[in-house]
Amino acid sequence: MNLKLMEDKGTLVAAVTGEIDHHNALLLREKVDRQIAAMRPAELCIDLSGVEFMDSSGLGFIMGRYRSMAGLGGKVSVKGAKGRVEAVLQMAGAYRYVEKIEGGNPV
Amino acid sequence: MTVINQVKLVLPAKSINESYARIAAAALAAQFDPTVEQLADVKTAVSEAVTNVIVHAYRDRKDGKIYITMKLTQDGRIVIAVRDTGCGIADVSQARQPCFTTAPGEERSGMGFSIMETFMDTLRVSSRPGRGTTVTMSKRLR
Repeated sequence: MNLKLMEDKGTLVAAVTGEIDHHNALLLREKVDRQIAAMRPAELCIDLSGVEFMDSSGLGFIMGRYRSMAGLGGKVSVKGAKGRVEAVLQMAGAYRYVEKIEGGNPV
Repeated sequence: MTVINQVKLVLPAKSINESYARIAAAALAAQFDPTVEQLADVKTAVSEAVTNVIVHAYRDRKDGKIYITMKLTQDGRIVIAVRDTGCGIADVSQARQPCFTTAPGEERSGMGFSIMETFMDTLRVSSRPGRGTTVTMSKRLR
C-alpha cells in the first residue's frame, strides 16, 4: 500500500495504490488523519484508481473519514474505484454518504 | 465431495498475515483457471474471514492462531474453512447482519459476513462462545 497526499484548492487528495486491508488501513488512517488535522480541508478526495484490492476495512476507513470530516463541516468524495473495489463500495451503500466523482484523470 | 487438492495453513493471528492468507487462497484457486473477478471474490472473502479472527475472535490475545483448510473439489469448487479457538460468537445470525459490528471504535464497517455471502456461493458459520468459530465457504470456479 502506498499513499500520496496532495492539496488542490482546499481539497486534500489522498491517492492510494496497492491493497487496502485491515493491516494497512490502520497506517492509512494515521497518515490521512495527521494531514486532515494539519490542513483542515473542506473536502477529502480519496482516489482509489490505483487500488487493486480492498475489503471491508477500506469501507471502515472511508466511513470513518466521512464521520471525522463531517465533524469538521467538510465532506468526503471517492473516485476511481473499479472492479471488486467498486462492488464492495456499492454493496455497502457507501455512495449514500460520500460523493462519487466520475471521470477525470487519476492523480 | 471428491477432493483433488488440499492445503492446510496455520498462521499466527497477526494482521500482517491477512495478505498472506488471501494470496495463498488465490494461488490454489488459480489451478482452476478462474476469471480475474472470481479470484478477487475469493481473495476478498478470505481477507474478511481472517480479519474477523484477528479483530474479533482473538481481540485481547496475542497468541491466537488461524487454521485455514482449502480444498479444490472434482466438480470445480474451492472450499475454504477458516477456524479459530477464540471468543466465539454468541449470536451468529446477529453477527451476519449487514452493518452489525462489536467494534465500531475501530472503524469496522460490519460488512464482513455480507461480503463473504455476496462473493462466495455458500457460507456457513458455526461457533461456540468461549471455544471458537469456524467459517466455511465455497465457490464454483469452473
